[in-house]
Parts: sequence; structure tokens; C-alpha cells
Amino acid sequence: MLDTLIAGLLRGNIYALGAVGISLVFGVMNVVNFAQFSFFGLGAMLAWFGIVKLGLPFWLALPLVLVMCAGFGLLTNVAVVRPLAKYLPLAAMLSTFAVSQILDNASQVAFGANFRAFPKVLPTSNFRVGNLAFGTSDLVMLGITIVVMVTMSLFLKYGRIGRAIRATSQDQEAALQVGIPVAGVQHVSFVIASALGGLAGVFIALYVGVANPSSGLETGLVAFVAATLGGLGSLVGAVIGGFVLGVLEAFGIHFFGDTAREIIVFAVLIIVLIVRPGGLLGRVPLISSEPLTGTFLGRGRPFRIPKWVWPIALVIAAVVVPLVGGDYVLTTGTQVLIYATIGAGFTLTAGQAGVLALGQAGPIAIGAYSSALLTTVVHLPFWVALPVSGLIAAIIASILSSPIWGVKGHYISIATLGVGTVIVAVIQLVFPQGIYGIPFPDWFGTPLTSPLAYYLIDLGVLVITLVVMWRIRRSHLGKVIASVGSDETAAVASGVRARDYKALAFAVSAFFAGVGGSLLAHQYTYIDPTIFTTLMSLLVVTIVIMGGVNLPYGAVLGSIVLIGAMELLRFTPELRIIVYGLVLILVVRFRPGGLLVRNS
Amino acid sequence: MSENTAAGAPASGETSVEVDAATAATSDALLSVEGLERHFDGVRAVDGVSFTVAPHEVVSIIGPNGSGKTTTLNLVSGALRAGAGTISLEGRRIDHADPARIAEEGVARTFQNGRVFATLSVRDNVEVGLHSTLTASRPFRRLSRLFLLRWIPLLGELFIAIIGTPASRREQKQIDARVESEVQRFEARLGPRRDDPAYSLSYANRRRTEIARALALQPKLLLLDEPTAGMNQSETAEVLEQLLQLKADGQAILLVEHKLDLVMTVSDRVIVMDGGRIIAEGAPQTVRHDPAVIEAYLGRRRGLGGATDDVVASAAPADETPAATTGDAATGEDEA
Amino acid sequence: MSALLELDDVHVYYGPFHALRGNTLTVGEGEIVSLLGGNASGKSTTMKTILGLVKPKGGTVRFDGRDVTHASTRQRVVAGIASVPEARRVFPQMTVDENLLAGAFTRKDRAGIQEDLERIREHFPRLAERRRQEAGTLSGGEQQMLAFGRALMSRPRLICMDEPTMGLSPKLVDQVLDEIARINRELGVAVLLVEQQAELALSIASRGYVLASGEIVLQGGSRELLDDPEIQVAYLGKATDTAAESDTTA
Repeated sequence: MLDTLIAGLLRGNIYALGAVGISLVFGVMNVVNFAQFSFFGLGAMLAWFGIVKLGLPFWLALPLVLVMCAGFGLLTNVAVVRPLAKYLPLAAMLSTFAVSQILDNASQVAFGANFRAFPKVLPTSNFRVGNLAFGTSDLVMLGITIVVMVTMSLFLKYGRIGRAIRATSQDQEAALQVGIPVAGVQHVSFVIASALGGLAGVFIALYVGVANPSSGLETGLVAFVAATLGGLGSLVGAVIGGFVLGVLEAFGIHFFGDTAREIIVFAVLIIVLIVRPGGLLGRVPLISSEPLTGTFLGRGRPFRIPKWVWPIALVIAAVVVPLVGGDYVLTTGTQVLIYATIGAGFTLTAGQAGVLALGQAGPIAIGAYSSALLTTVVHLPFWVALPVSGLIAAIIASILSSPIWGVKGHYISIATLGVGTVIVAVIQLVFPQGIYGIPFPDWFGTPLTSPLAYYLIDLGVLVITLVVMWRIRRSHLGKVIASVGSDETAAVASGVRARDYKALAFAVSAFFAGVGGSLLAHQYTYIDPTIFTTLMSLLVVTIVIMGGVNLPYGAVLGSIVLIGAMELLRFTPELRIIVYGLVLILVVRFRPGGLLVRNS
Repeated sequence: MSENTAAGAPASGETSVEVDAATAATSDALLSVEGLERHFDGVRAVDGVSFTVAPHEVVSIIGPNGSGKTTTLNLVSGALRAGAGTISLEGRRIDHADPARIAEEGVARTFQNGRVFATLSVRDNVEVGLHSTLTASRPFRRLSRLFLLRWIPLLGELFIAIIGTPASRREQKQIDARVESEVQRFEARLGPRRDDPAYSLSYANRRRTEIARALALQPKLLLLDEPTAGMNQSETAEVLEQLLQLKADGQAILLVEHKLDLVMTVSDRVIVMDGGRIIAEGAPQTVRHDPAVIEAYLGRRRGLGGATDDVVASAAPADETPAATTGDAATGEDEA
Repeated sequence: MSALLELDDVHVYYGPFHALRGNTLTVGEGEIVSLLGGNASGKSTTMKTILGLVKPKGGTVRFDGRDVTHASTRQRVVAGIASVPEARRVFPQMTVDENLLAGAFTRKDRAGIQEDLERIREHFPRLAERRRQEAGTLSGGEQQMLAFGRALMSRPRLICMDEPTMGLSPKLVDQVLDEIARINRELGVAVLLVEQQAELALSIASRGYVLASGEIVLQGGSRELLDDPEIQVAYLGKATDTAAESDTTA
């Protein structure tokens, strides 16, 4: 029992370091900084490189790593976050998500994707108390953390800059007026946060004994949940949140095994958001002074698309592409169509209802697994399994996310990310192996194995999706959902049950995500949990934002560019992710309405 | 000064009506608020407020900033939950209902700085206001307050949206017609902009859109939070016209407003709040001459201005109080 | 009277919205000037322009003879412009002392800062009593004192105050106005007082400007403005009979 507690505290110590950084940045910028995640992985990899490849001593490598992480952090803030944070905090959050993907994958390109053994720079089990073994390494980590925390709190309490940081996070406008250079304060906060992230990353590597560029995401998510748990913006809360999670997680692993980890973490997050929407020590305003949902992407007028474009587009998609393109083009085209379907359905949630859900991989995975099981185990025909998996995805995703619709602002995006992650984690728990031999669709007994047939099926599904989305948008319901996305407080005052309509919009999006998942499963004929990553969620978000978050047909354009072009240009997966990230940042920065929307 | 008396005339003309309305209010009130309280971090924003609004009555709440006017409005509309006290609409308690329910019961509101659905057109803004009056487009809507069963009306709405029924198509025609008639209320201003997104409107037009949206609800009681804030004189006069028109149509209104001219002209009764409490209540003319009101709201610091007899009478003791209670801050000098 | 602050033909836009339309105003050394107007009339924008929080598209802002149109807020604070923001906006989770020190952020002379801290504690004994208390727990009037103190910590020559009486009870309003007059008299600091309640502001100011829809529509000495029937009715929004009465007694 005691050793579980100690293990929990050691992990908690790492989470606390990361969470403090996230909370610090949130305090001064009002932006949830997902890029913080990457500094965990980056810190670990840079330390590994310094020690193993360059042969540096640990005590030299550590400060170097911190300086480099700080530098990257500063760059992130100057180039991406600050320009957006002032006007579009939600867009800035999205950009940091993109930055984290870029950093992770750049690090993967640079260092390779495999796990590296992290050198044992310090003894790990040279002490023993009772039957509890620990090492200098653990003591040093704990010691450094304590020193860092104490220094930080003294700096914030008595330092001139520290005071300026606190002043900025309590009231940015007033801080500006007393002559505090807020931009500088934000840079400093970013630098500190990134260095803390790097430090936590080195600690993780020391603690686990391995380093991997993408390991940051896993720890990062937990640190992030810790910060949210404590209340974003509250540093004390972040420390408490870190230790609470570390201990809970250690006991969870002790009792339920390692796979339960993510589920526990996100279950805690969601419960906290429902019970105390601002976290343990945070505050949420009673009545939002301005709309908090994702309306930033909704402004500007879509370009008028002449009526004749539609039949021509349909002819090109249904006749020209199949005639001209070979199997390779058709297979790629099928992917484009599937993601366009998922994206078009997602515009109802992200665009109309204004909920920038970050966990669409969840319902996609449910759809894929439902369809796979329905066809391989129950032996239902594909044509039945397809809509049924959409329904199952909608129902399960709706049940799981039903508690979160009262959550506001950034928190709702975070909660959807949590729900998505939990879904995939549960699936991994239940079906760790993946499912093989998912059948092709058939036509009265004849299996449709050709890429052409599958392409045409998916085209049909996309056309139906677009028609449905178009009908919804034009209806009274569509306007009501859009009113919720535009200003929830005003919508409720007009008698609109905002939560219910957000839930409905999400259910519809989850249905199409499930349908898309089913289509993917039958195209791949094999699925396993590694397909449905956070990256897939990011891809869906990027697709809709690129075309215009409010425009179902915009998702088609987004999918053509982000799936089709990437594939045909034969970008490597890592490079592709970097491109997704850059596209997302550039679109959000320069055409926040999407490519098909005129700036206003 | 001729324009002053002209502006003041309707107010005095209304006096006889006020008395009737005031007596009616006590017997069968449309809105009845009893002992309302709401604290924020120990600050008593609303501290034991009781008042009524009779059917067809126009009641205004005035008071200095921070006196609890808007909080009261937020409590009545359900945007905030009361700490204590009761709110009843036509005798039915609404203080524990959620804001959407209160809107369905027939209470519509506008917001202090004007909140429109920025990305929706003017017409669509108004159409959303109609939401709670619809039937065919919202099948099984009685279930929408019930746990889990609320999905039945939601999916019903989805079905109507995608496929539709003959009844829903008929209703959509009615919706369009009613939206049109609400827009026509402000035809000169909103007419040419009816298909423009609300974010492209001027501030005054947004506020008009907001009022049109609130009226689309066909409310029993209309709550207006500073409808003329940020408007210039002519725009304010226009709003006054609209309010008088609504009043003539028998619309009950609870109005929070700073512009006293407008308040005095349009109100049947005026409630004056200060520090979360009601310090005076009555017909506009009575309230205006109430010494407590003059001290709290109308201002009494008129060393330079033309101080009138009644103002001086009430201001003199008040000027002494702060000096007496806060000896450390004021050294007793009088710069006036 | 030498002009300490001069705004010359200042135009400010928020996107396409023309928020300030060529405003010209001056504040003399040691003078109290009030800037009056209703909601959205442009008075807060004027103040933000003076503080450098909003950059004008046209026109110049001069302080103490220097062109500061393009200077940052920090540079302006160093030059001697301080502010008491709307709704006070003290830093709620910082102590009274920390709030005051935050006001001295732009200064590096430790001894001077300490000296001013003492002076402000002397000036506002209430703040000295509560030096270790979190500012968010102070009463409205105390917060207003703290906001004044914080502004004074930068050793300003001009303090811009955005509706310092907003949300205060009538008693406190009186006290706050006395305080402004006292700060002005004892420390010789010029004050630009942005107010909605014209009579209150003009009772301590020597001159006033009236803004409407981003334009200065009236200006003059306080008495002149108070006696102006046009402002009484049109802008001040006061009851018509009070206007009439003030007219007759003047």
C-alpha cells in the first residue's frame, strides 16, 4: 500500500511540474496550451540525445535541455499563440494543439520513433525502507521538484516580474494600465512553463527508464487534466491536482492494471468538470459576459457557389474520377470521401452548435468496431451494419458525453477530448488484439471487392450526408442549433434548451462519424486501436476548419486537400502531421472562417 | 425649456392610469416577486426585494450602477438562481425553473449590451425567438423537460428538419409570416437588412433585432435591460415610440433604464433600487420627488449646479454623513 | 496654463466602426478636467487612447510637449500618465501592499518606492491598516482608495480615472470625489475624470468636455456646462423638471 502511495507521489510530482506550466500560461494568456505536452517528450528526447549521443554529463545536459525547451516555448508563443490569443483564445488553443503535433513529429523525424533506453544516470534502488525500494534518482527528482516549487512560489510572491505575472493573470487590462508589459510577461510565463515541461519530461524518462518522442502526449494529457482538476490558472491547484492524480492513478493501476490508467484520469476529469466546472480552486463566471463557444470561426460570409457547380462536381466525382483514375486514385478517393462524410457531419457540432469537440476519433472508433463485430460475429450484411454502427456510435457517444454539455468555454473542448480518449481506451481494454477479416460489402451475394465499387458506395454515402446536412441547416432546427453556437445565454433566454441541442448536434455528428468509421473498417478489413488516435481527431477538426467550420461542403474541400493531396504527394506520415499542424495554424491565423469564407 | 415641458407632458397625462394600475397590481399580479435575495461573495447584490407587475403594466426599475437592477432582472428571467425568495408568474412559482422554461412560460428578455446571434441573419434571429411558440416543428415537445424522454422530441425535431410533415411545412409558412411581421415593426431600420448577418448590423440595429426576437416569443412579460444604452437622442426617441406602442398594445414590461425621461414617460410605476434594496416605489411623479431617491440616484452634489429647495433639504444632512462616519478619509474640506 | 496632455484631431476605429471622430482636448498641469458622455459615447475609448491601449488612426497625442502617439503604455506610465481603470480593477488575489507595488512596476528606485509606499499609507490610513489583506476582500470604497494609491505609486503627473464613482453608494461617491479633489490639491496631480454622472464630475472639475457618438459636442467651464439647459436635458438625461429648476436658479 505504502509503496503504491510513494509511486503515486513520484508520478504526481512529475504531473505537478507539467500542470504548473499549463496553469501558469493559462493564467496570463487565457489559452489552454497543448504545446506543453510536447515539451515532455522533447525534454526526454533532448536529454537522451545529450547524454547518449553527445556523451554529456547529466548535470550539464539537464540545464541545456531546459534552455532549449524554453527557447522552443518562446518561439511558439511569439509565432503562434500570442498573435491569436488576444482575439481568439479558442483558436489559439487549437493552434497549440497543432504546435504540439508538429513538435512531436519533428522530434520523431529527428530522433526516430522507437523507444530508447534512457541511461541510468543515478541509482534507482539503492535504498530500502521495509520492503520499499527507492533510489538516489527518486530523491533527486523529489528534491529538485521541491526546490523548483519553492523558488517558483518565492519568485511569484516577492519578485518584481513574479508580481507582474500574478497581476497579469488576475487582471490583464489593469496590468497593462499600470505599465506592466503584458507581452513580455506572457513570454516569460511561456519560457518558464516550457522549461518546467522539459524538466518533467526528463524526470519521466528517469523514472520509466525509456524515452520516446510521442510519450509526451500521454503524460501531457495527464498533466493537463491535473491542471484542469486544480482549476486552470491556479498554481496551487495545479500542484494539488498533480499529486491527487498521481496517487489515484497509482492505486488505479495497482487494482485494475495499466490499461485502466487513461480511463481513471479522464473519468476524474469529467466528474470534476461536472461537479465543479472551474476545477477545485478555479472560478467560472456565473453569466458569461460574451459568447464563449466557437463562434470565432463562424464570421464572414461564405462565397456564393453558383448552382451549376454542384452537378458538375457530382459528375467529376462520379464519372470522371472513376474513368480517369486507377485503383490507387480510387482508393485514395475513397479515403477522401470517408473523411468528407465524417467532416460534413462534424460541421453541425463544430460550426452550428459551436462546440469544438476534440475527440471525434472516439465515435469513429465505435462505428468501426460496431460494424466489424456486426459483420464478423453477428454476420449482418454490410448494408445493415453501416447505419446501425452509425446509430451505435451516436448512442454510446451521446451517453458518455451527456454530462458535459453544461460545461463552458475551453472546458467543453477539453471534456470532449477526454470522452474521445476514454472511448478509445475502453475499446483497447476490451479488444486489445484488433479485428481481422472484416468483409467487403456485397451486392446480392457478390462481394464488391473492386476499389471502384467501394468508391461509388462511399460517394453515395457522402451525397446523402450532404443532403441531410443541407436540410438541417435550412430548417428551424438548424437555426436553433446555430443560435446555441452563437450565444448560448441569449438562446436560453429565447426558450431554447441549449444543452439538449448541443447534445443533439453532437449525436448527429457522432452518427456520421460512426458511419465513416464503419466505411473505414470495411475498406481496411482490419482495425486495431492504434488507428483511432488523438491525431485522427485533430485531422477531423483540421478538415472542417480548413473549408469553413460552418459549411458541410467545406469539409469536402478540406478532405480533398488534407487527405487526397497528402496521399498523392506521398508525404510520409510524420511529415503529413506537420503539414496538418501548419495548415491548421495558417488557416486559423489568416482565414479564421475557412478557405470558402470571405473574411469580414 | 419648451421642449422639456413637451417631453414631460405625456408623463403627467398618464398619472390617472397609474393609480388604477397600481391598485390592480396588488390583487392579481402577472409577476409577483417576494423577498428576493442573491449574494455574490458576501456582497448582497439583491437583498430582500419584493414587487409586482400587473397585467398590461409597465414597471421600471431605476437606481445607481451596482444597485441590483440587472441582477433582479437576471433572477426573474432565471439566468441567475435566487438565494432566497419566490418569483411567481400568474401565481405559478418560476424561481426554480431553468431560463428556457421561464421563457416558455412567457417571459422574454433583452440584455444590457444587446446579445444577438451574430452569425444568424436578422430574420433567423427573430425565428429563434419564435421557438417556444411552435408545435408542428416540435413534436412531443411536452416531453422535452423529462430525463431521457427528451430525446423523443429532439429526434422528432430532427425528423421534421430532414423529412418534414405537411403540418410542419404549414407551420414553416406561418413562421415566415410572423418573422416578417416582427421585422416590420422596425421596417425602416431592419427591413433592408433582414437577410444580413447580425454581426454586420449597427449597435442600435442589433438592439432592435434583440427586441424583435424577444417579442416573437409573444411574451406575457417583457424584460428590457437598458434598451437605449449607447443610443443617441433620436434613436432613444425612436425606442420610446416603440415602447409606447407596445404599452398601447397592452404589453406588460419590466424595464431597467437609466434615461429618466424615457422612464417617466413610459412607466406606470417606478421602482427605485439602491444597494440591493428597494428604496422607493410608486408613480413616476411621486418617485421623482422622493427625498431618498434624490439622494441615492438623482444626485445631490450640486454645489455648482442650480440646487433647488427640495434637493438642498435632502442633500444637506447627507453631505454631513460621510464626513462623520469616515473621519480618516475626508478632512472636512468642501471644495464645492 | 501649460497643456500637460493634448489630444489633437484623434481618430480611432474599431474595424469599420469610427469610435472617435477627430477629438481635440487638453488637460493643463494640475487641472481636473471631466470627460462626460453616455454609454458608447467614446469616453472610454478616449481614455484608452491616452493610455496607449488603443492606437489612433489619425491625429496626435502629446504629453508634456512630447509626441507619445506611438508610445507603449509602459512608456507613457514612465512619462507620468497613470490610470484608475473602470470598476477599479484592483488585483483581487494580491494583498493591498502588493497591489501598490504593482503600481510601481515601471520604477526601479527602491528607496523612492518605499518612500511613496509610506506616503500613500499615510494618505490613506485605511490601506495601511489592511496592508496584508487581499484586495478582493476590501469594500468598494477601500478598493477605490487602493486603485488611487496604485495609480499614485508610479509618481504620475496625470491620472486618468474611468468612472471612479461607478457602483458606489451615494455616500462613497461623495467621499471618492473629495478624495480626488484632495489628491489633486495636495499632490498637484492633474486628473482627467471620465464620468457618466455629469453633475458629480463637474462639481470638482474646472472644465469639461461632453462626448456623444465619438465626437466632442460641448466643452467649457464646469459652471457653464452645468447651467447649459441643452446638456441638462439632452445629454445628462436628468428629469426634465430638475433641469428646469437648475436653469431658473442659476
